[in-house]
Amino acid sequence: MSALTVGGKPLPEPVRRRRAAGLPPWMNAPPWWVRSLKTLAIVLIVLMSAYPLIYVIAMSFAAPEQARAGVVFPTEYSLDAYRTIFEGGTVTVGLRNSLWLTVVGTTLSLVFTSMLAWGLARTRQVPGAKAVLIMVLATMFFSAGIIPNFLLVKALGLLDSLWSLIIPGLISAFNMIVIRNFFMNLPQELIEAARIDGAGEWRIFLRIVLPLSKPVLAVMALFYAVGYWNTYFNALLYINDAEKWPIQVVLQQYVLAGVTIPGSLPVADQPPPPPGVTLQMAVIVLATVPILLVYPFLQRYFTKGVLTGAIKG
Amino acid sequence: MSAQAETDAGPRADEAPPKPAPARRKLTLRQRMWRERWAYTFIVPGALFFLVFAYVPMLGNVVAFQDYTPFRGFGGSTWVGLANFEAMLSDPEVLMALRNTLIIAVLQLVLAFPAPIALALLLDSLMSARVKRMVQTVVYLPHFLSWVIVISVWQQVFGGGGLIAGVLDGLGVSGFDAMTNADTFKLLVVAQTIWKDCGWGTIIFFAAIAGIPQDRYEAAAIDGAGAWQRMRHVTLPGLVPVATLLLILNIGSILTVGFEQLLLQQPMVGMDAAEVLDTFVYFRGVLGGEWGIATAAGLLKGVIGTVLVLAANRFAKRLGGEGIFLCRH
Repeated sequence: MSALTVGGKPLPEPVRRRRAAGLPPWMNAPPWWVRSLKTLAIVLIVLMSAYPLIYVIAMSFAAPEQARAGVVFPTEYSLDAYRTIFEGGTVTVGLRNSLWLTVVGTTLSLVFTSMLAWGLARTRQVPGAKAVLIMVLATMFFSAGIIPNFLLVKALGLLDSLWSLIIPGLISAFNMIVIRNFFMNLPQELIEAARIDGAGEWRIFLRIVLPLSKPVLAVMALFYAVGYWNTYFNALLYINDAEKWPIQVVLQQYVLAGVTIPGSLPVADQPPPPPGVTLQMAVIVLATVPILLVYPFLQRYFTKGVLTGAIKG
Repeated sequence: MSAQAETDAGPRADEAPPKPAPARRKLTLRQRMWRERWAYTFIVPGALFFLVFAYVPMLGNVVAFQDYTPFRGFGGSTWVGLANFEAMLSDPEVLMALRNTLIIAVLQLVLAFPAPIALALLLDSLMSARVKRMVQTVVYLPHFLSWVIVISVWQQVFGGGGLIAGVLDGLGVSGFDAMTNADTFKLLVVAQTIWKDCGWGTIIFFAAIAGIPQDRYEAAAIDGAGAWQRMRHVTLPGLVPVATLLLILNIGSILTVGFEQLLLQQPMVGMDAAEVLDTFVYFRGVLGGEWGIATAAGLLKGVIGTVLVLAANRFAKRLGGEGIFLCRH
């Protein structure tokens, strides 16, 4: 361990740097080769995480000649792929279904999850609440399997309805626990005071509990919304009608199953359609964009949301 | 895991100490329920939801013991005892699916599970908080993409005609296609899992690192421990409880081995490499109409999962941890 301050002499450079960064004095900068190894590792990790996405976005805008040639990064751009896709219609329908699913599903899920969380936040006072809590927790470890769920949805007459993608997964036990933990850590004096003033449980819930819980509700809204937007298998399982497919199923059909995108076949007397690769990339981008849009706004809540659930769960 | 014990003993002043409350004790169960009648308006909808959509389907597993057809229903189908299980266990496809499932599960456990720990340690050792935050933003993102998107993106990069195949073509090596290579498929699956979820997995370990008292590092530094030794002897032991908990939580679903991920890739890489228990259930049951055998396979998977959770929990308790069931309510 090197000395910290030496008489009136100026502090050595590494010491000044860690002071500036608010790091403790015993924390030394590692030797140069460790630092370069770490930098290399970090650069590689960031590149590997981000480059595939950047590549797909860039290629979706690539000019036809470059897309056909297969370049590492396009330099000439065109919007033809998006024009073709929106004229085709199927992708638009998929996006509309997914949007509806995400908005309606997230709203309903948040309402019912936070209601149950508030009801179960007072297991000591409410007889039976503890039994319900255990019943809910058990579902995190034991689930029925694909076929019994399919048979239930079928018996309820939900097949081929977008509701089949919302109702069976309305409340996630994990999210409920996270919200419940947040509720239980709210300042109880406020709630008690309202109770003494004669406010009913619903009034307390709507006027005090929910407004105080915005951070956790924001993260849970994100988790639910991402879940609904990304719905794939359940749609495959429950929905046969292509008009009701969410975007992920449409994406799978066009990009992985090799179904031809409408408008991508050459027609006589018309300019040649954009190459299939750009069309596929454009569909991927359209399915990803909503997530890329909300991500930065909610990112700062992640730690809070995940942690209250996971560590204290 | 002391934080977990607080779950219920939160700051509710009125319930923390079991103080004598003679007036309250006189209330009968019915009176207490009447007093809390509004609480039930919050609980009942959610409880009904879990009853109908989590517990009723469990009863549906009786199909595994029936010669079920949707036309005849549960009541009209004949009971066949364990015939479905016998048929299942002598079906080479099930055995192949079981083998693939186990191999992928073990690979995930060995390679994908420790990855976030390593990444969290690496990021934690960075001196600059700004770089740390920037890297976090980038590596969290893939977690939010659906499997359809992830596979599609990988297809464009690693598939035949993709980015890497194009670059290799230019160098004179042709025919590269990592997405359809059955021999390396299981490693590809693990690589995809790491790409998607490793970054997100670090969040919980960062929290655990933040919870390690600074004076332990200080004491270690004073005793002459360098950065590497502090990580090895202070940080790493501090992560063990969280890692154990996560392991227990994940082990019940370990046989699920990325169902959508495999379902999406099976047409490309073939059944021999990509058939797992869940895809078997889907293809043979839902698509093939062999409800009995498929449900039996699903039930087998569920039972193995349950046994694994209970065993892991007991094992963790024996090691001195708290287990999961103790601290949850």
